[in-house]
Amino acid sequence: MSLTWLWTDIMIWGLVIALAIWGRVISQSPQVKKQWVQVFASKVAMVSAIVLVFYVLIALLDSLHFILDDASGTHSLLDLLLVHLAQNAERTYSAPFALVEYNRSMQVLESGEVVMQQLPLMHVNGEVSIALHSLWSWLASSAMTAVLVAGHLIWRAKHHRQPLFSYASQVWRGETVLPWKTAYFAVWLVLGVLVWFYWLSHHYHVLGTDKVGGDVLYESLKSIRTGVLIGVLTTLVMLPVALLLGISAGLFKGWVDDVIQYLYTTLNSIPGVLLIAAAVLMMQVLMSNHPEWFATTEERADVRLLFLVLILGMTSWTGLCRLLRAETLKISQVEYVTSARAFGVSRMRIIGRHILPNVMHIVLIAVVLDFSGLVLAEAVLSYVGVGVDPTMHSWGNMINQARLEMAREPMVWWSLLAAFLFMFVLVLAANLFSDRVQWVLNPKSHK
Amino acid sequence: MFAYIVRRLLFAIPILIGVNLITFALFFMVNTPDDMARAQLGAKQTTPEMIEAWKVDHGYDKPLFYNAESPGLSSLTETLFVEQSLKLFVFDFGQSDSGRQISADIYERMWPSLALALPTFIIGLVTNIALALLIVLFRGSVLDSVTMMVAVAIMSISGLFYIIAGQVLFSKVWHWVPISGFESGWDGLKFLILPILIGVFAGLGSGMRWYRSLFLEEIHKDYVRTARAKGLSEIKVLFGHVLQNGLLPILTGVVVVIPTLFMGSLIMESFFGIPGLGSYTIDAINAQDFSIVKAMVFLGSVLYIIGLILTDLSYTYFDPRVRLNA
Repeated sequence: MSLTWLWTDIMIWGLVIALAIWGRVISQSPQVKKQWVQVFASKVAMVSAIVLVFYVLIALLDSLHFILDDASGTHSLLDLLLVHLAQNAERTYSAPFALVEYNRSMQVLESGEVVMQQLPLMHVNGEVSIALHSLWSWLASSAMTAVLVAGHLIWRAKHHRQPLFSYASQVWRGETVLPWKTAYFAVWLVLGVLVWFYWLSHHYHVLGTDKVGGDVLYESLKSIRTGVLIGVLTTLVMLPVALLLGISAGLFKGWVDDVIQYLYTTLNSIPGVLLIAAAVLMMQVLMSNHPEWFATTEERADVRLLFLVLILGMTSWTGLCRLLRAETLKISQVEYVTSARAFGVSRMRIIGRHILPNVMHIVLIAVVLDFSGLVLAEAVLSYVGVGVDPTMHSWGNMINQARLEMAREPMVWWSLLAAFLFMFVLVLAANLFSDRVQWVLNPKSHK
Repeated sequence: MFAYIVRRLLFAIPILIGVNLITFALFFMVNTPDDMARAQLGAKQTTPEMIEAWKVDHGYDKPLFYNAESPGLSSLTETLFVEQSLKLFVFDFGQSDSGRQISADIYERMWPSLALALPTFIIGLVTNIALALLIVLFRGSVLDSVTMMVAVAIMSISGLFYIIAGQVLFSKVWHWVPISGFESGWDGLKFLILPILIGVFAGLGSGMRWYRSLFLEEIHKDYVRTARAKGLSEIKVLFGHVLQNGLLPILTGVVVVIPTLFMGSLIMESFFGIPGLGSYTIDAINAQDFSIVKAMVFLGSVLYIIGLILTDLSYTYFDPRVRLNA
């Protein structure tokens, strides 16, 4: 078993490491720290952040790929955890917790009679009591939460140099600065849901199966990586461009400003979906003419995801660039910048010392705002046919496949609902969190 | 006024040239016509002759910028850039892969798109503004916070969900409206009513929040305090003063969208089987018909730029402070 890195794996892990370093750096500054404490002081923001963390954790688990010795291709750590789900494919559709297939198929009885009946599912054990196992899973998730909470309490109590018991009672009465009590309940809830799914997935198809019998829960979980990656990596691509061009336009003015303004007005005037569609079409041509670039289908799908992220990034920097230009123009007229210039401070130093820290809130707000839009866009792009690779697990692809079965009677609703739900929870959490970040960081909101 | 319009129109030309260059680079330089032919013909045993034939068929058989074989000035005009890209400026979009004139198709499909997009736009705008004003009237109350929570929830649900859920409920279960299709004239109303409603509802979340924050910004200004001090009722203040002054920032976001309504909505039209420009584009993308996609990219930019110019003009009309010659 050996580790292997896809391009997007490298990018997402690189980003996590960069974020960790950035977190350490900003925690040195008391002002910035105060702002973030203010963000998390809201219960809604705290719960949203916890949900987001769980999504990102699953995405990260799914971004560590291994090549197994049995030559069965690449698997991620998440695949190894969910191996029972990957291997329990049925023949066709089945409803959540169903014991039989959705379709009737022809059966020849021993008496020679031909009947149509729903065949029993192969990987379902109907004798397992759902209620009993729900109880077990609840106990397990409660125990896990208790361990986590205890560990956290000990750490915080030590940090505040307080006896454990008095600190715990403070948390319970809600007297701490951050709403830890709410956080603990949120962790309990999320863990409860995850463990329940995991526990029962050993005996049932908790969310049913799809057209070729694949487990819908497995697909939904695997889709998390695609959604999170598109939301996060696009920002990574777009940020340097927007920062570089926006700040230079605002600072250097003159022809630099003219050229940059012309660039983003032109790009902006092309309708977004069409530009993306045109670029993706061209990328498809490029990839179909160079099959030798990719050793496996996973790599091919991964490179396609990478291209999609690049294209989305290249089409979405214009908005942030315009904001940054305007803000830089404003800041460069402020007295401390003009006096810094008069003292002969170099341009680079002015950017690093005065401009960057003062536009950071705009960047942050744009980043968190864009995230939810991008997650939703993935589904639409997949529907239009310019999204991720059709072989890749994504909510867009799930919706796209399930949509064709709407005409069936009774309806095959579970893959649609699963995809929409997983997407909804992620986007809702991101929206609520970004609202709070915006409220705290935007100086205008404290009137 | 006339000079101003002319100046704005002249300003649009370099942008259109830029759009043209971008589409040209995308469609002919990222991949050579040979690559496109190979990808379209698909099979591995494509002979050079087949590729040449495909290129001649699509008019892609010329060099990119400079044709050394043609004499004189035609060495510059007998090129892909002139034939495929510059022609877009006079709205000569050429032929699609199925051999139809793209311009004629666009003209024909523009009207169904408009029949869906225009009512969605107007009803959506009026509903959003009315609801936002109502919330501002009750600002700080429970109603305000509950509505804002609902708005975030509406925003967080994928648009595809509204479409699918709407089709299932209203067409499949309750049989109120047909599931998809289109007829011109008033008969088409039964096909349009569901997509219009869904479009309005899906935009409600972000729209309400946007206009609410806009009005809340206005409400702290001096003239509002003066109006209240005069003894005007809160409703009169809101509808008489705040709405009128809020109109200006609303214009920026709204006018620019109007021309692009012609382009239709990709998703709505293809789900509801409306033969507009949106479904035209989606079909072209799925069939990898590069000429149509190219034409739509250019058309979309032209309409957007018209929208920008209209926005500027509407400012001069609605805001006496904006002086054209200044």
